[in-house]
Amino acid sequence: HLATSLPLPSERDHLRPRIDLIVFMIDIKSKYSLKNVEASLAYVDASFFLGKVCFLVTGVGRVNACSIETNAVCKLGEAYCSPVLFCELELEGIRVATAQRLLRMLQICAGHIPGVSALSFVSLMRSSDD
Amino acid sequence: ENVDPQKTAFLLRKAWTLYSVTPLYRFHRARLRDYARLLSAFIAAEKQKGLAVEVGVELDIKVAVSSLADLRGSERDQAAVLVQLSLRSRASSRNSEDKLVWLGLFCSMYGDDLSQNVPEDFTCLPLFLTHGAESYTSMVGSWFQKTFDCCFRRLAISPLNLSWMVAMWAGCKLDRAASAVELVFSVPHLSQPLDISYAIHPEDAKALWDTVQKTPGEITQEEVDVFMDCLYAHFHRHFKIHLSAAKLVKVSTAVASAHCDGIVKLLHSQYLPGVLMLLTELAISQIQ
Repeated sequence: HLATSLPLPSERDHLRPRIDLIVFMIDIKSKYSLKNVEASLAYVDASFFLGKVCFLVTGVGRVNACSIETNAVCKLGEAYCSPVLFCELELEGIRVATAQRLLRMLQICAGHIPGVSALSFVSLMRSSDD
Repeated sequence: ENVDPQKTAFLLRKAWTLYSVTPLYRFHRARLRDYARLLSAFIAAEKQKGLAVEVGVELDIKVAVSSLADLRGSERDQAAVLVQLSLRSRASSRNSEDKLVWLGLFCSMYGDDLSQNVPEDFTCLPLFLTHGAESYTSMVGSWFQKTFDCCFRRLAISPLNLSWMVAMWAGCKLDRAASAVELVFSVPHLSQPLDISYAIHPEDAKALWDTVQKTPGEITQEEVDVFMDCLYAHFHRHFKIHLSAAKLVKVSTAVASAHCDGIVKLLHSQYLPGVLMLLTELAISQIQ
């Protein structure tokens, strides 16, 4: 399900299936996309931040079109204890690899992989800093 | 670093194309005349091969290479090197006025980040500015690359860097009435390209920057973000368009103007060292 911002319209709440993973997409060429994501984060229930949220930064292949500092996005990821993935959608190989990664994360978040839960993402994030 | 404004007047009010240059191997300042001669011969040879700019009239390209001792940031910087190409028509030998057709300036303004890590035989002049026909730029560039084993790359300026520039330059104190602060945005994903030009009265822009900047002489990313967000919010209030979703491609102030393709115009002699320092920094980060 794709949405341009949160909150999702309440009229369809009863038809909506359970949400297992939220991927916030930030286009590095658009400051507006970062602001939009920051505003939408306020509408996400705290329980999602236990491994069911991730940030996907797109357009990183074009270094000269950067409108956002990557530092700012990494800080956002740290603040919300959620992983930040970088990708370039214009390159097919990276696009496919990123899709596979997200799918894998979704399988874990939906509980389809025995022995691994969404909480594993949180502990993985902590170890890279310390 | 009091640079004589007369000596640097040639830099002002011209459109310069920017390049980053890796350090030059075994470049000797004492041999500038030799280099001029060698470069002149190289250009003549290229013309013989049919890569000439002008076909038909026999034209002599005169090359001059000089050292500009004052054009540098600190003592640790190498002095700038200026390459001038002039056209001398053999037909009119009594009128010996040479027409300047191309300028190339190698310089380093506080380029310590690069020069301190480089071995002895290398000369660091990371910023290269050119003015004139691209064909001459490519000939001069080829000769330098072959002779000093260096590498030239066009210097692109990202929207992030352009917003730093406009924030810094809009905040400069100017004695005379200044021209408007202008930002040009390109709107993506449309069938027909659309450019939005946003002009702000220079006093308003300076007043805004003065309320944002906390420590004079210091600028942080947060302050630049706040400055830009104010401009975006103002525009959105009036036109309901989110400029933050568009691509900032050009900024223009009374101090200087810069385009994302790496083309700048230097407009104010007092702030010249500051602008060159910023451009040197961009060149160095592109090299590293």
